[in-house]
Amino acid sequence: MTDARTSRRTLLAATTALIGLSGTASARTVHGLPWTSNEVYPPAEARPGPWLFFTADEAAAVEAIVDRLIPADELGPGGKDAGCAVFIDRQLAGPYGRCEGMYMQGPFPPNPLPTQGFQSSVAFASAYRQGLAALAAHVGRSFGGRKVQQLSGEELDRLLTSMEKRETNTPEFNASGLFDLIHNNTMEGFFADPIYGGNRDMAGWKLLGFPGTRYDYRDVIARPNRRYELPPVSLLGRPDWNRGGRG
Amino acid sequence: MRRLPRKDAVIIGLGWTGAIMGWELCQAGLQVVALERGPWRDTASDFNIGTAPDELRYGIRGELFLNNSQDTVTARNTVDQLALPIRKWGSFLPGNGVGGAGVHWNGHTWRFLPSDFLMRSHYLQKYGEGVFPENHTIQDWGVTYDELEPYYDKFEYLAGISGQAGNVKGEILPGGNPFEGWRERAYPTPPLKMQHAQNLFSRAATELGFKPFPMPSGNISQAYTNPLGVTLAPCTYCGFCERFGCANYSKSSPQTTVLPVLMRHPGFEARVQCEVVRVLKSADGKTATGVVYIDAQGEEWEQPADLVIMAAYQLWNVRLMLYSGIGRPYDPSTGEGVVGKNYAYQANSAVNGFFDSSHAFNHWAGAGSLGITADEYNGDNFDHSGLNFVGGANINCTSFHARPISARPIPPGTPRWGSAWKKATRENYGSFANVGSQGCNMSYRDNYLDLDPTYKDRLGRPLLRMTFDFKANEERMSAYVTDKMVPIMRAMGAKQIVANPKKGPWNVVPYQTTHNTGGAIMGDNPRTSAVNKYLQVWDMPNVFVLGASAFPQNAGYNPTGTVGALTYHAAEAITKQYLKNPGQPLVQA
Ligand SMILES: Cc1cc2nc3c(=O)[nH]c(=O)nc-3n(C[C@H](O)[C@H](O)[C@H](O)COP(=O)(O)OP(=O)(O)OC[C@H]3O[C@@H](n4cnc5c(N)ncnc54)[C@H](O)[C@@H]3O)c2cc1C
Ligand code: SF4
Repeated sequence: MTDARTSRRTLLAATTALIGLSGTASARTVHGLPWTSNEVYPPAEARPGPWLFFTADEAAAVEAIVDRLIPADELGPGGKDAGCAVFIDRQLAGPYGRCEGMYMQGPFPPNPLPTQGFQSSVAFASAYRQGLAALAAHVGRSFGGRKVQQLSGEELDRLLTSMEKRETNTPEFNASGLFDLIHNNTMEGFFADPIYGGNRDMAGWKLLGFPGTRYDYRDVIARPNRRYELPPVSLLGRPDWNRGGRG
Repeated sequence: MRRLPRKDAVIIGLGWTGAIMGWELCQAGLQVVALERGPWRDTASDFNIGTAPDELRYGIRGELFLNNSQDTVTARNTVDQLALPIRKWGSFLPGNGVGGAGVHWNGHTWRFLPSDFLMRSHYLQKYGEGVFPENHTIQDWGVTYDELEPYYDKFEYLAGISGQAGNVKGEILPGGNPFEGWRERAYPTPPLKMQHAQNLFSRAATELGFKPFPMPSGNISQAYTNPLGVTLAPCTYCGFCERFGCANYSKSSPQTTVLPVLMRHPGFEARVQCEVVRVLKSADGKTATGVVYIDAQGEEWEQPADLVIMAAYQLWNVRLMLYSGIGRPYDPSTGEGVVGKNYAYQANSAVNGFFDSSHAFNHWAGAGSLGITADEYNGDNFDHSGLNFVGGANINCTSFHARPISARPIPPGTPRWGSAWKKATRENYGSFANVGSQGCNMSYRDNYLDLDPTYKDRLGRPLLRMTFDFKANEERMSAYVTDKMVPIMRAMGAKQIVANPKKGPWNVVPYQTTHNTGGAIMGDNPRTSAVNKYLQVWDMPNVFVLGASAFPQNAGYNPTGTVGALTYHAAEAITKQYLKNPGQPLVQA
């Protein structure tokens, strides 16, 4: 998300460098606001298409999992149809997957306090790669050579429950860590703006009744405690506007 | 390292305090340069309405905050533990770039109570020595509320704060906070409009004998032009406020109140993506001669200046002082030294209420400071005899957002996934409300900041190390105040209530507040404080350290109103007194 930065942001810094290079005695003062009209920094939009990070097998496993975490039911679509796996794939292929911006220097002592938060040397993309491989191996052993995506809904629910409850953890397989990671990213995908590939048709927002990015609710404030009837809007607008069904 | 031409003043950091001080010094005729380690940011480009309301980007991934890879702190709860780096911000979210954390704050804009400034002497006189917690290092501020009142006023009028006065020149006004210190005049703009939750809270709290009042807000209720001629527009209750820049020019920030005039001032220059790495000292160590900074290309520069203003935010002020050898570092084993001493935070609590589905709270139509507050159990507004703690908390009911990744409360015991989760999520999203408390945090001998022995930043310099925990005083205070909040929630009509008083150990992961305080505290004695009441370093008179680093301990309010007042108080002392006699201490030790 930070790739789109243009030179405008460094403009003032560059000015300083110039002073130094030319060696002039009087510093050049920057006057006014260095603003260029129509300059904005849109997010990197997730495009439809092939998987960017997942292998076909990983993707199938993740799609199966997100669809159990958020099942399709009478309340609306499930995690798979809402694009949660696509969301996760695009996130892992980008700066998030590399833990860009995080402090990733060692040492990494083995037993951090529970109050000290994330203390792993493994960035999220690698954590998925290693974790999904360990999960595939575990499922192969425990379910007669089958794959995650070949388990029945009930079997998968039982597996996910045991992972969540730390019952599947072994020294080689941090199953609860993998569960928490996928759970967290699935929820992000289901509820983030559709521009990132999940929350397709704003399914997550419709489930809640969240109106999205409308930004001006003075009409709502004027009359508290009334149910809001207007449909949600995303950064992509609405499907019935002009985006040919996207959003 | 190349040397640049001298400036009258160099300001480290262009956030709330740096911008205000920059303007005041320029008005006094000084040539000023501000060095800011983050990028330039302006409303039209960086908080554009087409990109601003993006929860994942700003609320979750935190694009506006400082990258931990650039600078972070290590943390532990007690002195015998190994501190580890905060690899991704959680508990607090330091700002980065022009505007600082003022870009993405919530805007709750408070004055501390008169008794808060006399935390030691007031309580000692009223309750005796026994009231103070074990190992405390509580101190008076060295400045009184009465002295600060004109500067609170100045900050509120700069920022256009929306609120209802409770005490104008001693006259208690209906609808305001009856406990607040006197104010010369009313708030510049009227309070925000309230939501369903605040209406329920007001009614319930009033029935229970509280005197609720609108939270003073830096989200502005109506168009307002400040004394600098900069105009803010009315808040539209967009629900993307805290952690986000405002696309409407409605949130008080350096961008919406000072920068438009400051950037045009001929005496002012800003250099962004320039990180100050050290303050330089004269050979005798008695004066600062300027700063060293690294620009975006990694080049090192020396910027000589007569006056050095540290405005880098509480944490980074303290870190720069420790690096640069300004003031004597604090040693918790002896209690000697001052820099790093009295680090404190904020002890918050929450009472969550699940209501039946007839309620439409619509918290997504919210604003950062949209809320109602009751101050009956804050500071010394209530009798502490026999309570076994000092201080208190403000009680509030806010509607500041219902962003769907982070605000989907479900009753305890509900599964975190699957159809049952989905159903509970849908049912409770619109019918949940919360009553919160913003609690004080006292200071202790073993809550402090120093340099980490192991972990380094990208330039190979030691990180700041934070040793901090919530202590018995804060836990007792929080339990007591949270107990008072539960009946309000019950009277509001919640069908299920979950109370979460503050308890240790402090955890770096869940967001609590970006209200880090202390480490370069103010006071009336150089042995026990780093700066005098004008925020001037006791043993280096041409250095001033702005921000909540000056708080000897934290009160039951958000800090920025007081940070702003202290900045104006310091600015006036610099421009009216110091500049007549530069290099001299404004207070005799
Ligand atoms: C999410 C959030 C919500 C908040 N809500 C509230 C609220 O409701 N009410 C309230 O009172 N307060 C609130 N705050 C706190 C408020 O934002 C701060 O108190 C205020 O911004 C402090 O002003 P400052 O000038 O000290 O620091 P900042 O405004 O953060 O400015 C410091 C600047 O210094 C720069 N800097 C740091 N180190 C260096 C260096 N070495 N070289 C150059 N530049 C440097 C930083 O990049 C930054 O821009 C909130 C903060 C956050 C993050
Ligand atoms: S809530 Fe109001 S002040 Fe805050 S970002 Fe939205 S419009 Fe701006």
